[in-house]
Amino acid sequence: MDIVPYLLLATLEGLVQASVLMLTALGLSLVFGVMRVVNVSHGEFFMLGAVAAWVCANLIPGPPYVPFIAALLIAPVFVGALAWAADWAILKRINYNPEATIVSTIGLMYIIQQMTLITFGPDAQAVDAPFYYTVRFPWFGYSGYKFFIIAVAIVLVGGLLYLLRHSKVGLYMRATQFDKETAQNFGIPVTKVYSGVFAVGAMLAAIGGVLVVPSQQAHYLMGHDPLLLSFVVVIVGGLGSIPGTIAAAILIGMSDGLLSVFFSPTLAKIFSTLLVALVLVFRPQGLFGKAGR
Amino acid sequence: MSIHNKKLFLLCLATLAGLFVLQFLLSDYLVLAFTRILILAVFAMGYNVLMGYTGLVSLGHAMFFGAGVYGAGLSSYYLGVSLPVAFLAGILAAIALSFLIGLLALRTQTVSFMIVTLMFSQAAFLLILYFSEFTGGDQGLTLPTSARSFSLFGLEVDMTSDVARYNLALTVFGVVLLGLFAFTQGPVGRLLIAVRENEDRTRMLGFDTYAIKLLAFTVSGGISGVAGALYGLMFGYIGSAFAEFKISIEALLFTLVGGPGTLLGPLVGTGLMTLLIDRLSGLTTAYLIVIGALLVAVTLWFPTGILGTLRDRWLPWLK
Repeated sequence: MDIVPYLLLATLEGLVQASVLMLTALGLSLVFGVMRVVNVSHGEFFMLGAVAAWVCANLIPGPPYVPFIAALLIAPVFVGALAWAADWAILKRINYNPEATIVSTIGLMYIIQQMTLITFGPDAQAVDAPFYYTVRFPWFGYSGYKFFIIAVAIVLVGGLLYLLRHSKVGLYMRATQFDKETAQNFGIPVTKVYSGVFAVGAMLAAIGGVLVVPSQQAHYLMGHDPLLLSFVVVIVGGLGSIPGTIAAAILIGMSDGLLSVFFSPTLAKIFSTLLVALVLVFRPQGLFGKAGR
Repeated sequence: MSIHNKKLFLLCLATLAGLFVLQFLLSDYLVLAFTRILILAVFAMGYNVLMGYTGLVSLGHAMFFGAGVYGAGLSSYYLGVSLPVAFLAGILAAIALSFLIGLLALRTQTVSFMIVTLMFSQAAFLLILYFSEFTGGDQGLTLPTSARSFSLFGLEVDMTSDVARYNLALTVFGVVLLGLFAFTQGPVGRLLIAVRENEDRTRMLGFDTYAIKLLAFTVSGGISGVAGALYGLMFGYIGSAFAEFKISIEALLFTLVGGPGTLLGPLVGTGLMTLLIDRLSGLTTAYLIVIGALLVAVTLWFPTGILGTLRDRWLPWLK
């Protein structure tokens, strides 16, 4: 049997998964890096993005790409506003205490998940891809939409990195991350930066959710796996390190894709969860991170 | 042995007496509900040793509850051992697992500790699913009818009888409660609290805080295993749902609501929450929303729980 087509297919699937993972994990990493907050409800923001895409597809008439583009704009705004409200109503009030935020975001996760169950229902819902185009390989045809996912992820991540490095907002974020008190003394509105970062992190997850719907269907429990994998990526990449997160997203996404094709998806998940636990135990700064300050 | 906190000791005895009388007053349905509450309260009490007394928040205790369920259930199902032996096997499995996981997880601090325990627990849950031919996976396994009764020291116990189950659960609960009274109110308990309040200072005083935490972790996991083994054997069913993330969160919620670091808090929390969830799941399938709302509400306005608030305001001996 020829191994090349299988390997190519697995690599492509891995790349698509890595792209979505990169978006979701970057959101989580940004929030952790700047605010030191582990957001357990991050997977639900991802799920809300997917559900919003389904809602758009059902409410907005026209060829499939019209509601899809609408979803790509509406979902992040909606989810970002929700995250901003959660920050205002909960996180700010418990003073971003690390353990209390984990407990309350677990609560938020259940609230969002079950609200979606009540309104959206328990069934998985499919959404049409914005366009159909098949890329022909000598052995098989591959969905052009999946290449589109990869492209969008690269553009967004590139844009985010540029903003972080070269804009005033990025400077504010980095200053807040480096030393909260000093940043505040220099007149940086730290509470606003926190609310903003939490909202942006959620928006990245929501975009990931919208992108995934055409190939995966929307379901109220779909946030679970992306959350777990994002945890894996953020930890393996080094807590709070953006370049580490990107590298780890590609590594984990690819290896998950490869392992899932050649072995069972459960085995791939066992492998990655154990990897996280052991990295945290033996190398808390992550595989790519530098030792903590 | 002299008893330091006599008021608390008397309250424990009164609680046990009250629970014993309860079975003559309640309807059959509520007796069954209270049987479950007693077992889950044992689980929450075990969780509380780590979270309330030692100040380490674990998100992976479903793994130890599951170790109890599977250690007891699988040895009964495949080896056909008698129920008391299966019960011990479940506890031993939980103790061994929690010792091993503690050895690794306790190298990390606060948030990392929460994530490490969560990840180990998730891996354990996935392993149960992966070996579903052996474990029954999410379908689970029903224990054979021969495993529904046993005799110990000439005493015949039939596990299909509601009365027997309630009193057995109450006995285990009582033993764990009094055991934990001795453990937490004695010198070791003070060390746990010392680690919770200021780990660095405790280390500077010459105590091996890693060993103290490992002891707390193992005791906590072992008691969770007691609850798991009892639950699995008593209702004759084992399944992967017992090792889900949700189970860890329930232990956390029960403890938080009742009052972390109080001996009877987990019982109060488990009782209130279980009855509430029971009522609600009759009304809506989305009852988890209540767990979510309560987790948020408790962290926002009620961080010391019911008994913790009572202790802080009026009853300082309530520990």
